[in-house]
Order: sequence, then C-alpha cells, then structure tokens
Amino acid sequence: MSLLEVQTVSKAFGGIQALTTCSINVEQGTITGLIGPNGSGKTTLFNVITGYERVDRGNIRFMGQDITRATPDRVFSLGIGRTFQLTRIFPRLTVLENMHISAKRERLKALFSSWSSTQEQALALELLAFVNLLRHKDTPAGNLSYGQKKLLEFALILVAQPQVILLDEPAGGVNPTMINELVGHIRTLNEEQGVTFLVVEHNMEFVMGLCHTVNVMHRGTKIAEGSPDEMRKNPAVLEAYLGA
Amino acid sequence: MKFLRILGLLVIVAFVGIFPVGIAPNDAVNSVAVFTLIGAITVVSWNIFSGYTGYISLGHSVFYGFGAYAFALASQNWHIPGGWDPFLLLPLAGLVAGAVALPLGWIALRTRRHTFVVITIAFVFIFQLLATNLQGITNGSGGVFMPLTPWTDGYTDLPFYYVAFAVLLVAIFVSWRIRHSKFGLGLLAIRDDEDRALGLGVKTAAFKLTAYMISAVFVGMAGAIFAYYVGILYPQFSFDPVVDITIALMAFLGGLGTVAGPLIGALFVIPLQQYLDLQFGGNGVNLMIYGALFLAIILVLPQGIVPSLQSRWRAWRASRNTTLDSGKRATNQEQPAFLIERGGKG
Repeated sequence: MSLLEVQTVSKAFGGIQALTTCSINVEQGTITGLIGPNGSGKTTLFNVITGYERVDRGNIRFMGQDITRATPDRVFSLGIGRTFQLTRIFPRLTVLENMHISAKRERLKALFSSWSSTQEQALALELLAFVNLLRHKDTPAGNLSYGQKKLLEFALILVAQPQVILLDEPAGGVNPTMINELVGHIRTLNEEQGVTFLVVEHNMEFVMGLCHTVNVMHRGTKIAEGSPDEMRKNPAVLEAYLGA
Repeated sequence: MKFLRILGLLVIVAFVGIFPVGIAPNDAVNSVAVFTLIGAITVVSWNIFSGYTGYISLGHSVFYGFGAYAFALASQNWHIPGGWDPFLLLPLAGLVAGAVALPLGWIALRTRRHTFVVITIAFVFIFQLLATNLQGITNGSGGVFMPLTPWTDGYTDLPFYYVAFAVLLVAIFVSWRIRHSKFGLGLLAIRDDEDRALGLGVKTAAFKLTAYMISAVFVGMAGAIFAYYVGILYPQFSFDPVVDITIALMAFLGGLGTVAGPLIGALFVIPLQQYLDLQFGGNGVNLMIYGALFLAIILVLPQGIVPSLQSRWRAWRASRNTTLDSGKRATNQEQPAFLIERGGKG
C-alpha cells in the first residue's frame, strides 16, 4: 500500500476536463516528481488532494484512509502539507508569526493563550535557522524577497511536521544559489526524517537530480512513470513535451 | 522599557479615572466623556472581529439595539428601580447580543468582502423595521422609557461614566488578550489569506463566528449603557446606521486591527461629533463636515493614526541604523529601509 494513492480521479471546470481518470501513487519515504506541460493538470491534482477542490469522480487515500472529501484543514492535520506555485504566506504578519500559524492546538484553553509558547517557539526558531531566515524573524513577511518567501512557506509547513509535503514549483523564479539550498533542505528532511515529497517542477535539472521516481502528466492524466533516466527516453513523454 | 510601558498605562487609566471629578467637573464636558466611552466600547469590541479578521461589518448596531432593548425590556418587566441596580442587567444585555450574533454570523459569514458588508447593512434595516413594527414587544416608535435615575445635578453623569469605563477596560483587556493569543493569530491569518489559513489547519469558520459573537457582546453592553443614559429608547436611534458609520470612522482613523488605534479614533471622533451636533446640528452642516473628515482621513492617513506612526517610527529607526554603519551594511544582505517602512503590523 502506498502512502498517498490517487485513484482514477476526474475533475472538470465547466467544459474543461482538468483531470481525466488520473491515478498516481506516492510511496513512503520517496521524493516523487510530477512533470508535464503547462495545463496538464498538475496543480489541479494538488488542489484535489489537499481539499481545495472536490473531485467529480475517483478516490484519494492517505495511509489507507479515504480523504476524497476532506476539507483543507483536515487534510493538513492528517499530515499533508503543501506550498503554492505563487507563494502564499501572510504578508502583514511577521516571519515568526507566520511560523506559528500552522502549529497545531486543539484545546480551547491553548487557543486563547499566548501564541509564542515555549515548545512551538523553539521549533519555529530552529526551522527559521534551518532555512536561514532567523535574522528576519521580526520583519513583516510581505517585505521578504521572492526566494525568501518560498523558503518561509516551506519552513512554516514544517512546523506541523507533516508526513508528506507537496511542493508546487519550488524552484520557479528562484536564483540558482537558493535552488541548491532548497535541494539541500529537501534531501536532509527526506534522508534524516523520512519525509515524503511530491514535487511539481519545470526545472528538469532540479527534478532529475532530486527525484527517485517521476510521473509525467499530459492532458489531465498520467502518461508515464519511472526513474528520471527512463522518462528522459520515453517516447510518450517526448511527444507530450515536443508535440511531435 | 516594559516598566515604562506599564507606568504609562497606569497614568492614562488614572487620568481617565479622575477626569470627571478632578479635571473637568462640568456636566456638559462629562456628557461628552460618557458618549466617548460608550463609543470607545463599541469600536474596541467591533475591532475584535472586523479589525482582526478584515471582515468589515457595518451591522454591529444590530447588537447595539438588541443590547439596548434587552436591557430596557428587562428593567421594565422586572420593575427594577432606577439607580445602580439596572447596571446589573448589563451582562444580560451582552449575552442577548452575543446570542443573536450566532445565527446572524452563521448566515453572513458564508460570504466574503463586499457581499458580507452589504448583508450586515441589510441586518440593520431588517431589525430596525422589526423593532418599529413589533409594537407588542418594543412599543414601536413610541419608544421604551428607562428607569428614572435618582441622581441629582453635578452627579448625574458619574455613574454612567464609571460603569462605561469599567466595561471599556474589560473590552480592551479581552481585545489585547485575543491579539496576543493563538486564536488572534488565526484571525489575523484570515485577514491576510483566508484559504491559506484553512489549508494550514486554522478552523476559519469557527474562528470567525467566535470572534463575531465576542465582538457583539460588548457592543450590546454599550447599547444598554447608551439607552439607560439617554433615558428613552427608539428603534431608529438604536438600530441606527449612524452608529455603524461612526464605528467604522473611529476604527479607520485610529488604525484597523491594532489594540490602541480604535481608542484613539474614539477620542477624536466622538467629541468632534458631539461638538458638531451641538453647533451645526439643526441644518445638516454637521453631516457635511463629517463626510469631509472621512474623505480627509482616507486621503491623508489611509492606514490610520497608529499604523502610520508605527511605520514612520520603524523607517526612522531603520534609516538611523543604516547611516550609523552604512559601510558594513552595504556588503551584507540586510533589508533596505524603503522595504521595511511599508510594514503595517499592529
């Protein structure tokens, strides 16, 4: 059984079929790539997994549990974190406050006590140091550079210690030095803490260097799956990309 | 620094505490002071919901009205004599307003932004109409009379002043606690990006509704104090759009979403409003000046007083730091000052 199983999922927006009986499995402890031309349904797939969109047909299972109709907060609390293609952080809150939003608190009394409790604070500061943003902790997050916002979004997901992290174009618009930094962070988390990743990315160097397996999507469905090297030679993939 | 801050707060509280007896023992001034405190309660309370979540409610006068009518009808039906006793009904007025906020919030909070604003305005007119026409309960436009107070000249305003002051302190405390709590952080996250907050595990629907109800409670109590102070309660002066406009004006002037901003807004707006009503009330010139003021605020201080001062202060500090060690700063990757000054955190 895979950690995350997307089973024959379909989703249409008006007349546009964004996903057509699409199935993808993500195995525990892997870094799985998800590539495909623009408009092939990668982001829609992320949206249906994380509960932002409802599927028309099909099932999504996480650790054997059905999450097809789960709301975004429920999906997140089960252990699936995600980042957005256009980074979404809270611009008017400080970097440190951003980090505390995803920290989980259930009990009423805990909700109404101060947000900067010691254990969460320690973890938040540690993660900010991990992504090199510690010295900006009191800056409003909207003032960070684009690359720094991406790192912040990545770090604030980590506060909740999810099992799977879905990254939507983490390297898009980020300078090469910072991409290397990000690759390092993803590897560290994957190897040392066993965090599973599903990564959408157009930067092929990034995908080929990082991912264990790669899924290729085209016109709303998966057309190929295999190791990065296999995908490079797969005729169906070449056709989808080059339109030959 | 912390010591200074606490000292400053104590000085302000002491000043407000002795104001009506020591500093301005004058009925006209004290009356303005009572209205200012009532206005401050409404805007501090409103800010807990609208300021923190960014959902601008222009319908909180519904809770003002419900608090006032709950207070008036309870004191009438239970034959409570005038004096201090009716003030014991204030928690009841607050609870009624909070309870009303549950279904109203449940309906209105399914929408966002402009739709939300329009629905809250609709609430005001619906309940104003109901209060006017359900004569069996409210006596309609005939009004409800409050218990007569036994207090004599020179002393008439003081009980209202101190009760309103006490309620205001509680409201400020609640607002401050929420601002620094995990719950408040969730509300601020909703203001910045609601869907993102939901995706990070913030139970946005429950958070919004809870904040809406909490903010209704103190507005209801303010309505009750207002009704008791004025002595007679009419539908059009309790379910009153002007109350909503005033609340918004105070909040925008002082600074939305900050703890201190609404207070400063109330301190400016209510005395000015009272003065204008007194000087030009007869011919509507007061409303023109009022509108001009609103425009001026939006043009000159779109963020409000407190956030503007905060960002000036931050920019000043940042520019001072850069000039002091500009040689070092040029090499590392610190934030340039022009980026920092745009922050508007409360």
